[in-house]
Amino acid sequence: MLLELDDHATAVAQARAAGRRRAFTVNAVRVLLVVAVLGSWELAATYWIDPFYYSKPSAIWDRLVDWFTTGTSQGSIWTQIAYTLEEALIGFVLGSVGGVVLGIVLGRSRFLSDVCAPFIKAANAIPRIILASLFVIWFGLGMSSKVATAFILVFFAVFFNAFQGAREVDRNLVNNARILGASRTAVLRTIVVPSATSWILASLHSAFGFAIIGAIVGEYSGADKGLGLLINHAQGTFDSAGIYAGMIIITVIALLAEWLLTLLERRLLRWRPPVAANEARI
Amino acid sequence: MPTQAEPDGPAIELRDATKRFRSSSGGVHTAVRNLDLAVRAGEFVAVVGPTGCGKSTTLSLVSGLEPPSAGEVLVHGRPVDGIPAGVGYMFQNDAVLPWRTVLDNVAAGPRYRGVAKREARERARDWVGRVGLGGFESYYPHQLSGGMRKRVALAQTLVNEPSILLMDEPFSALDVQTRGLMQDELLRLWAGDDPLGKGGGAAVVFVTHDLEEAVVLGDRVVVMTAGPATVKASFDVPLKRPRDAEEIRLTPEFLEIYREVWESLREEVQITRERSAGNAA
Ligand SMILES: Nc1ncnc2c1ncn2[C@@H]1O[C@H](COP(=O)(O)OP(=O)(O)OP(=O)(O)O)[C@@H](O)[C@H]1O
Ligand SMILES: [Mg+2]
Repeated sequence: MLLELDDHATAVAQARAAGRRRAFTVNAVRVLLVVAVLGSWELAATYWIDPFYYSKPSAIWDRLVDWFTTGTSQGSIWTQIAYTLEEALIGFVLGSVGGVVLGIVLGRSRFLSDVCAPFIKAANAIPRIILASLFVIWFGLGMSSKVATAFILVFFAVFFNAFQGAREVDRNLVNNARILGASRTAVLRTIVVPSATSWILASLHSAFGFAIIGAIVGEYSGADKGLGLLINHAQGTFDSAGIYAGMIIITVIALLAEWLLTLLERRLLRWRPPVAANEARI
Repeated sequence: MPTQAEPDGPAIELRDATKRFRSSSGGVHTAVRNLDLAVRAGEFVAVVGPTGCGKSTTLSLVSGLEPPSAGEVLVHGRPVDGIPAGVGYMFQNDAVLPWRTVLDNVAAGPRYRGVAKREARERARDWVGRVGLGGFESYYPHQLSGGMRKRVALAQTLVNEPSILLMDEPFSALDVQTRGLMQDELLRLWAGDDPLGKGGGAAVVFVTHDLEEAVVLGDRVVVMTAGPATVKASFDVPLKRPRDAEEIRLTPEFLEIYREVWESLREEVQITRERSAGNAA
């Protein structure tokens, strides 16, 4: 008996050690890859291709350091980040709330969804980025035109998922709740919304990316502050390092948001059986 | 068939009820035709019939989830319009909420009916214990076995103290031993604290494929025809209560009534089988 226990403990320890070794190898290879890519870029730009067009990692790094220590051509980098982030966040929140509410309402009402279907299809077919130019005319160069662009991008991404989620609610669950005494609003609150949650959360991941794209594109079309303006300015002065630096900042912001959303998702979807532990998560 | 001379009428009554569905090919499919059935308060009626004949549809008429296409459905003497008060319904498929723990699943009914959260949880805790799931209150459905999920559904239904209890093959997915246990539990819970083991007032309609189960549980076994469903015959089960689900199967009285009902059911099963063989050919 004791021997069996021992065996079990050893097996667990071995499995753990194997897991750690694997994780270490994976990470080591990743680091090597990054070093290889950046190193060859640096070398190529130093001896071979023209860094004026392609820039090089050290120049980008210098630019980042410069932005964060002495500031940008438009003022402090933090002001730019805060400005863009604010636009993206407002657009994200408004767009998701609007998308969720309208998606669920239409998803639960056969009549309304039948009426609205062609309009929504048409609206979705509009190349939305172009709307950014229109919004600048409508709302001016201030923050609201960027919020509007972010909103419209987020709204459609979230809307379609919420709609689908509300449609796919298990009839059985709805009937069961009704038998148990649930009113229409209680069914909506306790059955429809929770079962659409996994759909909605899935869309929020891409939606925050869209919100940032919306804000940046908005700034691109005309603005007096923000990361988009910074990138636009870098483009105007053929400063390729500046474009890369802006891109890196935006990427980091998007990754942070992604991480926060994953935390939220874990919290809200605790009830779901865990995904197979070793499954690759991209 | 409608029973007369009842002091205050049957708890459930279907009069000449018919239910048609539009079939996918555009035609009309009759699932239930001219069905007459009355169930007294406190009576346990087991319903058997060949697969696909319209048993679940009959229950959905009584529960008010589907209106009849023709005829009348009465619960406590009133025509069904929406979900009647006092109805509990255990569905054929799992209907526990995957995002709620066992306790919150069972507390759902009282919560929907306006009971305060603490009180609802208190009641739920009591019922979770009664169906033998004490200690699993904070588990999510995916962490339970199939049999345990059925117990959650049972507690979820019974916590509302229904006076009409509709059960659609609740134990058919369980293994034989668990099923025996659940049958005993159901009889015990249905009988309540009544020492005579007669029902605590709830009228039960229990649909099953398993004739043995029907005879073990029912005061009466109703045999349905091959679809569209109507009542073919109704057999009183003369077995005394309280019954022990495991023991009673071995008595000669059980075998006698079982044989009698099976004679009736066999023809319908035969018809259904021939039909599906005909369709397949
Ligand atoms: N919503 C619906 N729309 C169309 N047809 C339906 C619908 N519900 C049931 N039917 C049809 O009515 C018939 C009876 O179905 P029902 O579910 O009542 O059978 P059942 O006796 O419960 O079968 P089983 O014993 O297999 O559960 C079937 O032929 C089915 O296809
Ligand atoms: Mg059925």
